[in-house]
Order: sequence, then structure tokens, then C-alpha cells
Amino acid sequence: MAVTDAGQTATAQAAALAHRRVVARRRAAWILTYLLVLVAVALFVIPFLWMLVTSLKTPDDLLAPGVNWIPRPIYLQNYVDALTMVPYMQYLFNTLVICVPNVIGTLLSCSLAAYALACIRWPGRGASFAVVLATMMLPYPVTIIPLYLVFRALGWLNIAGGYLPLIVPAFFGAPFFIFLLRQFFASMPAELSEAARVDGASEFRIYAQLILPLSKPALATTMLFTFLYTYTDFLNPLIYISDPDRYTLSLGLLGFFGSHGAAWGPLMAASVMFTIPTSLLFLLAQRSYIQGIVTTGLKG
Amino acid sequence: MRPFTRRALTIALLFQLPWIIGFGVFLLYPAAASFYYSFTRYNIINTPRWIGLANYQNLLGDQFFIAAVGNTAYIMLIGVPASIVFSFAVAMILNTEVKGIAIWRTLCFLPAVMPPLVAAILWVWVFNPQFGIANAFLSFLHLPQPGWFTDPIWAKPTMILLNLWQVGVTTIIYLAALQGVPKELYEAVEIDGGGFWRRLWHITIPMVSPVTLFNLITGIIAALQFFTQAYTIGGATGNPQSSLLFYVTYIYTSAFQNFDMGYASAMSWLLFVAIMLCTIVLLLATRRFTYYER
Repeated sequence: MAVTDAGQTATAQAAALAHRRVVARRRAAWILTYLLVLVAVALFVIPFLWMLVTSLKTPDDLLAPGVNWIPRPIYLQNYVDALTMVPYMQYLFNTLVICVPNVIGTLLSCSLAAYALACIRWPGRGASFAVVLATMMLPYPVTIIPLYLVFRALGWLNIAGGYLPLIVPAFFGAPFFIFLLRQFFASMPAELSEAARVDGASEFRIYAQLILPLSKPALATTMLFTFLYTYTDFLNPLIYISDPDRYTLSLGLLGFFGSHGAAWGPLMAASVMFTIPTSLLFLLAQRSYIQGIVTTGLKG
Repeated sequence: MRPFTRRALTIALLFQLPWIIGFGVFLLYPAAASFYYSFTRYNIINTPRWIGLANYQNLLGDQFFIAAVGNTAYIMLIGVPASIVFSFAVAMILNTEVKGIAIWRTLCFLPAVMPPLVAAILWVWVFNPQFGIANAFLSFLHLPQPGWFTDPIWAKPTMILLNLWQVGVTTIIYLAALQGVPKELYEAVEIDGGGFWRRLWHITIPMVSPVTLFNLITGIIAALQFFTQAYTIGGATGNPQSSLLFYVTYIYTSAFQNFDMGYASAMSWLLFVAIMLCTIVLLLATRRFTYYER
């Protein structure tokens, strides 16, 4: 009896020990996970915070040795300087003048093309979709020079501040968004539009009153991406806009960087103001943003 | 053709009309025209003059072209793999069930939506040799403090660090792929007594391999077209000492500063061929290594 008791105690002890080892290992893994998340977040956030902190420092505080994270005093003059050293509000306005028509044009032209690819049966549909997929691969720099020459021949470089080449193409479709919207439209049950067709609705009515209202998530993604792309675009404004009064935020900030490169306070203040709309949009529409990326990444 | 389909065809073409025009005017014609221009000398003022392969021949002896190709290859061969590995690691870290993970994920993606130009300017400040926090941190650790963007040897690695910081899009794709891996697979390995590394090597990496291929191809295409950050920091000549002169920077400089449209078109076409070749080679070479469920 005593022998088996001792045996049982030994096994129980061994089991307890093993259990404790498992718990210890789980705890170590848990701590390690937290540490890794902390390091990752710090890596991404520190430069961002540094931009904010710098934008609130006095010129002396800025160049003081060592790292200090708390500006003393909080120096808002940088923001005033950023708004007055360059015509910041004018740049913002110019940028929006380009962004808004781009968003509208892309939504219209791409949803129309996508509807024909997803919801109408017609000979040549497969080939047309193949062309969309193939042109998604076409690198922009291949077309950049002849495009410039076309716009030059049209006389568009000297009218409306050179904005036409930055706006008009948006009304003629972009393969990436045609693809994105086509995938979304095609995921809707075909019976829906068939039923409307049997009821005698025209294709345009089905598109405008049935499909579009049901496609808000995909349209939101298209809007968001188009806005972010146009708002931050640099190469196209650099090529087409030459008048400093017509500069977009990108060009204006580059000019600021070039002429006041050492004025880090106002420069960072301007950077913060330029970044806030993109960050806010991302925070508000994170779901659309991620959904759009995942659609192209996992199903593309 | 039955009248019904002819009518459908007409309507479909009407819906596609803007895109068909756009495809012709803004894509097909320019692509074809740039092929033609690549065989000409064209300075915008005079009419293009046919010079055969001279542009392509001149490229081979152009030290700036060679520098631009070398720098772009550097980003492709070192920067792209680095950002694949880094974004995969970050996605693994963010795929855990830590408290408040949604907020941590958002914070990690935030730099990706920062305007590239702002990110570049910020990077110049963070890596400022005298006043930057990067060197302040290194000096705290008593480590050597490089000149970063002011040093031709360090300029590209510093640029790669910037690309890693803005890697959010790749991370989002990886994170979605990781969440799609069936849990039973991990349980099966665990029952067999496999630890973290075995799960990683036998389940996670093979299961996300199609996404890795996608990220690799889009990463290489983006690297070949790298421009905004390089131009912001290095200007049209890629300072210091051409170390930040990239392929598209040189296309831009040749076309819009030297007005050598034919020469720049030749470069554009070589870029197109390079992208096609890279994509095809990658698709063929990785066929054995990627796992598709379908």
C-alpha cells in the first residue's frame, strides 16, 4: 500500500512539475509576444511622434543636444510660419481642385466599364477583361513621355495652370479600379439584375439604381484610394505644373524643403498639416482601405 | 449574331466607351509612340529624327545610366527581400491576441498612408547626422554614427529603412493571409509535438506562399519605378555622388530637364521589358514553391 502511495505521490509531483514548466513556458511566450508588439509599434510610431514633437519646438530647443521628447515651451509659431512662409492654404486649395474631379471621374468611368465587364453578357467580354488585367501591369514611366507630348500638342500645358493633364485622364478609366469594381460587381448574385431586366429596366437603370447603391464598400475604397493617390501625387504635378502659384502641396512642400531646408520647425509643422488628412481618412475608413488592399492581394 | 447579343454588345460598348477611349489615347498610343521615339533623336523643338539603335548604344556608355541601373538593382535585390521578410515578421507579431491589438495594428499601418514626400523629408530629419534621433540613440549605445543620407555608402541603406517603415500595405496583405490559414493545420503539428519553428516552416510559410509571390512581384515593380522619395532627398542628380540616382529619376532628368525625349523613351522601353522579364521569370521559377489550394 505504502509503496503505491509513494509511487502515486511521485507521479503527481512529476505531473505538477511538468505542468509548472508548461505554465512557465506559456508565460515566457506571452511576455515575449507583448515585447515584440511593443518593439514593432515603437519602430513605427517613434518617427511619427518625432515629427509632431519637432513641429512644436523653438529653434534653440530643436538643435539642443540629446533627445528630449517634451517641447519647452510648446511653440505654435512654427505652424504660423508654415502658413505664411509659403502660401500653404493656396497649395491646399490647388490640391483639392485636382483631387475632387479625379475622385468623381474615376468613380464614374471605372464603375461604368466594370458594370459592362461584370453584369452584361456580350461577345468580347473576356478579351476586354484580359486587356484590363494586362494594362494593370503597364508601368507608368513607359507612357509618360508620349503623354506629355500629346498634352503639349493639345496646348494643355499652358491653359488652366497645366491642370488638365492631371484631371482629364481620370474620366477615362483606370485599369486598377475597373478591376477592383468588376470583382465586387461580379460577386453579387446575377439573379438580382436578371429580375430587374425581366421587369423591363434598362441597363443604365440597373447600373445606377440597383448595382451602385449595393456597391458602397467598393465605391468607398475607390474614392479613398483615388483621393490618397492624387493628394500625395508628386511626379505628375512635377511634370505639368510650372507656375509656383499653381503648386500642389507636394510641390509646395518640396520647394519649402529646398529653400528653407534648415528651418526644421516650420518644415515639420507643414509636414504635420500635410499628413493629417491622410491619417484621418485612414483612421475613419480603415476597413475600406484594408478591404481594397486585401481584394487585390489575395484574389488578384 | 443574334439581334439580342448585338444589342447587348452595343450597350456594353457604350458603358465601356470612356475606358476604351482612355485605353487608346492614354495607354496604347503612348506605349506605341514611346517605342517609336526610342529610335529617334527628339528635343521637342525639332521634329523627331530616326537614328536607329543609337540611343540604346549610347545608354551602355552612359555612366549615369549605369549608376541608375546599379542603384535600382540594389533596391530590388536588397530592399525588396528585406521588406518582404520584415513585413512578414510584423504581420506575424500583429497576428497575436494581445490586448488592444486593433489599435497596435492601426499604429503600425499609419506610416504607409503618409505622403511619400513627407516621409522622405521626415527621414532626412530623423537621420540627420548632427541633430537626428537615430544618431542620438546610437551615441547613447556607444555605437558608431554614420552620415546616413550625406554618405554615398549609407544613402541607399537609409533609403531601404524608409521603405521598411512605409511597408504597411505588404503587411496588411500578409496579415490577411495569416488569418486565412486553417487552425486545424497548426493543431495537427502541435499534436505531433512540433514547436513554433516547425509550425512556421511547415505550415505558415507554405500556406502564405502565393501572397509572398504577389508581394515579391508588386515589390519589384514598385522598386523599378522608385521615384518620389529619391527625388525629394537626392534631387535630379541623386546626391550624394549619384548614390540616389534611380532609373525613373534618370528618365525624368533626361526627358524633362535635358529634353532628350528619344533617349528617355529608350530607357522607358527597357524598363517595360525589365518588368515583363522579372514577372515572367518569377512566375515560372516559383511555380514549384508556391502552394495553391485550387
